[in-house]
Amino acid sequence: MVKKGRRKAPFLIVWRKLVESFILGYNLPMSNYKFFDHTADIGVEISGRTKKELFANASNAMFDILIESNDNKSTSAEKTQKRQRTVTVDGKDPEDLMINFLRELLYWFNGTGWIVSHCKIMECGNKRLKAKLMGEPYNKKKHSIKTEIKAVTYSGLNVEQQKSGWRARVIFDV
Amino acid sequence: MSEIKLEKMDDNRWLLPQTGGMRVPGMIYANEKIYQLLKGDESARQVANVAHLPGIVNYSLAMPDVHWGYGFPIGGVAAFDLDGGIISPGGVGYDINCGCRLIATNLSLGDIKNRLSDLTTALYQRIPSGVGSTGSVKLSGKDQKKVLEEGSKWAVKAGFGLQEDLETTEDGGAMDGADPEQVSARALERGKQQLGTLGSGNHFMEIEVVQDIFDETAAQVFGLCKGQIIIMIHAGSRGLGYQICDDYLALMVKHANETGIELPDRQLACAYLDSARGKNYLAAMACGANYAWANRQLLMHRTREIFEKTLRMSPRELGMRLVYDVCHNIAKIEEFSIQGKMKKLCVHRKGATRAFPAGHDALPARYKSVGQPVLIPGDMGTGSYVLVGQEKAMEETFGSACHGAGRVMSRTQATKVSQGRSIARELADQGVLVMASSKGTLREEMPEAYKNVQDVVQVMHESGIAKKVAKLKALSCIKG
Repeated sequence: MVKKGRRKAPFLIVWRKLVESFILGYNLPMSNYKFFDHTADIGVEISGRTKKELFANASNAMFDILIESNDNKSTSAEKTQKRQRTVTVDGKDPEDLMINFLRELLYWFNGTGWIVSHCKIMECGNKRLKAKLMGEPYNKKKHSIKTEIKAVTYSGLNVEQQKSGWRARVIFDV
Repeated sequence: MSEIKLEKMDDNRWLLPQTGGMRVPGMIYANEKIYQLLKGDESARQVANVAHLPGIVNYSLAMPDVHWGYGFPIGGVAAFDLDGGIISPGGVGYDINCGCRLIATNLSLGDIKNRLSDLTTALYQRIPSGVGSTGSVKLSGKDQKKVLEEGSKWAVKAGFGLQEDLETTEDGGAMDGADPEQVSARALERGKQQLGTLGSGNHFMEIEVVQDIFDETAAQVFGLCKGQIIIMIHAGSRGLGYQICDDYLALMVKHANETGIELPDRQLACAYLDSARGKNYLAAMACGANYAWANRQLLMHRTREIFEKTLRMSPRELGMRLVYDVCHNIAKIEEFSIQGKMKKLCVHRKGATRAFPAGHDALPARYKSVGQPVLIPGDMGTGSYVLVGQEKAMEETFGSACHGAGRVMSRTQATKVSQGRSIARELADQGVLVMASSKGTLREEMPEAYKNVQDVVQVMHESGIAKKVAKLKALSCIKG
């Protein structure tokens, strides 16, 4: 059974994200991921036209599993808390890179309470990735946690280039 | 499991023949009903994958609660020779020493019937649960080191329990060889604020009543009788354990080429037991295990306080004593007879419980005559079981039994099936009061999402691995 990824963005949020992406120069990756069934865990199949987009979509998918954001409930002061961070990740191949990238972002959330809202991949080779990430600290008024992710697993992991673009399968331990 | 063919050995066991790169065959404990469920997932393939790992002894095993995990199946047991064998963080799991603790009381159903709601509310309010919850104990760096080295012993010394609690905790609540130096700064940071918290997902605390007794002698030795109120706690090592596993998996994958170990699945990344990396992981894993024991000890201490305060009864009147505490996600060095010779092996139990028989040296004196209590929580509606370990477990399963009912539905499926239903109300109709911080969790953990624990336990009972002692029925449950 396959369930479509969440795509409920009211007009105002879409508009705000467009403005944000214009001002900050962030990609607006499409919601290119869908969840697949796994008995104990959550599996996600991610796609992207380019490898950079694939990784950005993977970040979106993971934070979609973790967090439900409600921007309407936050005050303007809280909205301005967003800031940018950069990350460089190494891996021995695209699969390893994918896991190392997601596990780094997951630690930011689980270890420091930081939520990624936008992701722009600056460089993406076979063994190294650099990304700029827009995010904010967890705020219980604004964010509700949907599912705890314990870890990003290597189980059944796959990252490959296809005719139409890039595709990855990742299983999260929840 | 399209390509995997299982051969029926008897009513409760299936052989997975040795093929390709498998070093040993696999063996799955299942009756016909459970065998049919296996067809729906990849767990048999995972049993076969584990059989590829160096140094594996006899069989790659799966208990009847087996289901599709990551790397190892959940319900998987595998033992490795210290000479040439490996240790795998994925064979332990992210939640190191996730386990169960059973607390007996002097109370009977009649004593608390009218106070059940008050008790459950008090537990729900005072026991931190749910994602990201933090405990009331904030650890200094020095204290945290002690927790990692001493586990439950630290907790008892710090006033969170009684000396006698340690006697009935597996390994006395402290695993040897723990070295905090092998734990990353990230893992330490995550562990600082989570001691004394239940967590989320399938972790819970239940007030239960003993519904049936199957083995009077063992029940008497364990201090259980029909109609008695007991408490079951299911919790683990929280973020600290997850981080230790994740850190070491990354290290072991990174150096997979160095070791030359061929892996059918990267999640099985491992290191030789006699290598520095293998030894470091064992020392870090022991820290995670000790943290989990201290965590459950704190949860038990709070539970005692809450019962005393809510029921206005003294500790003596309540008589809350620890029946047993077992871990079900762990790797341990234990001794077994292999082809007539005693051999030390590293036994991985990933969602499996130790089930040592009567007379084993590792048992507390008071249980030596009957064997080790094996705690098997079922789903919220069906109830739980207490079993007792048997000699057959030493011969066939490296002293291991199942650890629960085992999922049969994915979380997404459970959420879909429960659409438009109130799981809390359905459980209330069955006489189970449930309080959960997340409705989503409740739906994911609905009774239908699990195999029938009675079938699972019956397979263990009939195959002589662990015998049924008592059945417990949930009265109320708090979840994250």
